[in-house]
Amino acid sequence: MTDYLWLIPLVPLAGAAINGLAGKRFPKPVVSLIACGASGIAFILAIVSFFELLQYAPDQRHLLRVYFTWIASGDFVAKAEFLLDPLSAVMILVVTGVGFLIHIYSIGYMHAEDGYYRFFAYMNLFLFAMLILVLSGNFLMMFVGWEGVGLCSYLLIGYYFDRRSAGDAGKKAFIVNRIGDVGFILGVFLIFMTFNSLNFGEVFRQIAEGADRFPVEAGVGVLTAIGLLLFVGATGKSAQIPLYVWLPDAMEGPTPVSALIHAATMVTAGVYMVVRCSPVFSRAPIAMEVVMVVGVVTALVAATIGLVQTDIKRVLAYSTVSQLGYMFVAAGMGAFSAGIFHLMTHAFFKALLFLGAGSVIHAMSGEQDLMRMGGLRKHTPITFWTMLIAALAISGIFPLAGFFSKDEILWSAWSNGHPFIWIIGLITAGLTAFYMFRLVFLAFFGKARYSDEVRHHLHESPSSMTGPLMVLGILSIAGGFIGLPAWLGPNRFFHFLEPSLAFTLATEHGEPSHFVELGFAALSILAAVTGIYVAYRMYIAHPDRADSLAARWQGIHRLLYRKYYVDELYDAAIVNPMLNASTRTLWKQTDVGIIDRAVNGAGEMIQGMASILKNVQNGLIRSYAAWILLGTVAILLYFSMFRS
Amino acid sequence: MDTLHYLILSMLLFIVGAVGFIVKKNIISIFLCLELMLNAVNLSFVAFSRQLNQVHGQIFVFFVMVVAAAEAAVGLAITIVLYRNRNTLNVDDADVMKW
Repeated sequence: MTDYLWLIPLVPLAGAAINGLAGKRFPKPVVSLIACGASGIAFILAIVSFFELLQYAPDQRHLLRVYFTWIASGDFVAKAEFLLDPLSAVMILVVTGVGFLIHIYSIGYMHAEDGYYRFFAYMNLFLFAMLILVLSGNFLMMFVGWEGVGLCSYLLIGYYFDRRSAGDAGKKAFIVNRIGDVGFILGVFLIFMTFNSLNFGEVFRQIAEGADRFPVEAGVGVLTAIGLLLFVGATGKSAQIPLYVWLPDAMEGPTPVSALIHAATMVTAGVYMVVRCSPVFSRAPIAMEVVMVVGVVTALVAATIGLVQTDIKRVLAYSTVSQLGYMFVAAGMGAFSAGIFHLMTHAFFKALLFLGAGSVIHAMSGEQDLMRMGGLRKHTPITFWTMLIAALAISGIFPLAGFFSKDEILWSAWSNGHPFIWIIGLITAGLTAFYMFRLVFLAFFGKARYSDEVRHHLHESPSSMTGPLMVLGILSIAGGFIGLPAWLGPNRFFHFLEPSLAFTLATEHGEPSHFVELGFAALSILAAVTGIYVAYRMYIAHPDRADSLAARWQGIHRLLYRKYYVDELYDAAIVNPMLNASTRTLWKQTDVGIIDRAVNGAGEMIQGMASILKNVQNGLIRSYAAWILLGTVAILLYFSMFRS
Repeated sequence: MDTLHYLILSMLLFIVGAVGFIVKKNIISIFLCLELMLNAVNLSFVAFSRQLNQVHGQIFVFFVMVVAAAEAAVGLAITIVLYRNRNTLNVDDADVMKW
């Protein structure tokens, strides 16, 4: 059973290898067939393994497959092992499912691009790395996947490498992620030092069984340290304050990449990791507190920035950062299942939003500025309807997917005794609804604000693009029903995830009162509807009101539009001092002044000595003969006089 | 006669050859001096062979002669090429092989 588990990541790797090595010579249909076939096979295998997992009793759903010993050095043993449990099953389904749809979409979106095969090779490679990350049975292999997805993200952000901004964005993403990765790997070291093992099951069992060794920590203990270090890694990968700055720039990549990597899957790796390590976090209240606060602040800050951005993809990027903040809020409160639930529904509707945005950009001949769109509803009806569904879903309108997951998080905030977090979450929900419908209204309604030439090219996207849009649209509508709130029915999703959280300490839940919960659900819908209504007033009923508001609150508008000047702040506080120090101290003083001088000095010294000795080598045979003779005489003298 | 006489003669011949090799500029003369040195050595081989009543020294002489003949062939070829290219027999003019 499940012995084919290793095939799930390996099939995309094979696809990446074939396309990467030989794809240049294949015609485009062959390239796309290989890439989509590989991701499709991975998806089918993921479904099969999911159903096999279901056949086990709930407490048996922890299938560890050990393939070979990867590293063995003294006490330290790392095995190549895959773990299939409910948590990783959900993740592989989301990754391969959404990944497969986006591969199909890319056939249409990328058809005119150079390096078609390169794109698909990277995409498959990304799937491979992401599947390693979520299937890994220990921290070290997880780190391999963690770095692998970072590499693919870098490669795909810089896909248009002839554009300077794309190259810079790729580097920024890579370097910012590296800062987080330092925290992650330090956390892994600390785990090994503490537990002498890196296997998930082993580590968590030790924590759960050694209650006297690992109590719930009131202060800063080793579990808190591990949790905080791991969370540093998560802030990098999942774009949380203070390391979120790379994600908006990552929009330089092709839109399918933004959908797959920078919205649906890779950026959720941090959330997945925190939930996977929930046995650690649930015993480290301070770490939890940090996760929650960082999450909620990120959610609010990113949402406010998203209010005024005019690039369609940047709005979505800040929206992603904001939604990831929600997931961390959930994890930080101990509502780990709710975090994963939101991760899944978010994957559906955010992938849909990005793909829809890609479809809009495709139709607009590459235009990304919302201010130069308008009235697209008639020209691209399928894109419009699917994006409307996604916008309703992310806003949290009943009964779409986003409502159930977001409401679960907000309700957890209230019932776990964090009213302040709940209020901020509610405000953010309202802001989310506002900026999403601002995007929809600006793009699809109102007067057309583009040139006649663009109008001439306007067209609905080919079926390879609209097909995935419709599938994701259905998922965005129906995806939430597997996790119904208590007042509607049993929550199958949470029940399914329970075995993965077996070693996690349960957090106290308030008195479950369906009536109260229903009231709070109504409040969050009200917040969303308010956001939508305000957007309607500002962008449809009175199209000039947005500008007059921006003019009246010029300072705030500017602050938001320039993203709180965080990039400038980082430049001034970190990047430039580092550059200057490197230029002055490391380059000019150390490298040129000391190292170069030492190397050149050694060379010059030898040259100086040689300039005397080289006179011996004058090319005159007779002088050589004389030297040979002298040498022979000297040797003979030495032997006859001193050695006898 | 004593072996010493042979050795003295051998030494004188060798010194003449060596000094000639160093002071002469004509490549043909240098060649002759070289042969002179080789034959001085041959002479001492033969002298020792006689004194020690062993045949090894004489066999060695044959080796030296064969090598000398081969070396003369190569050397003369070099001489001819040198003359063709440089139009001179003066070894001091052939000094391009230096730093």
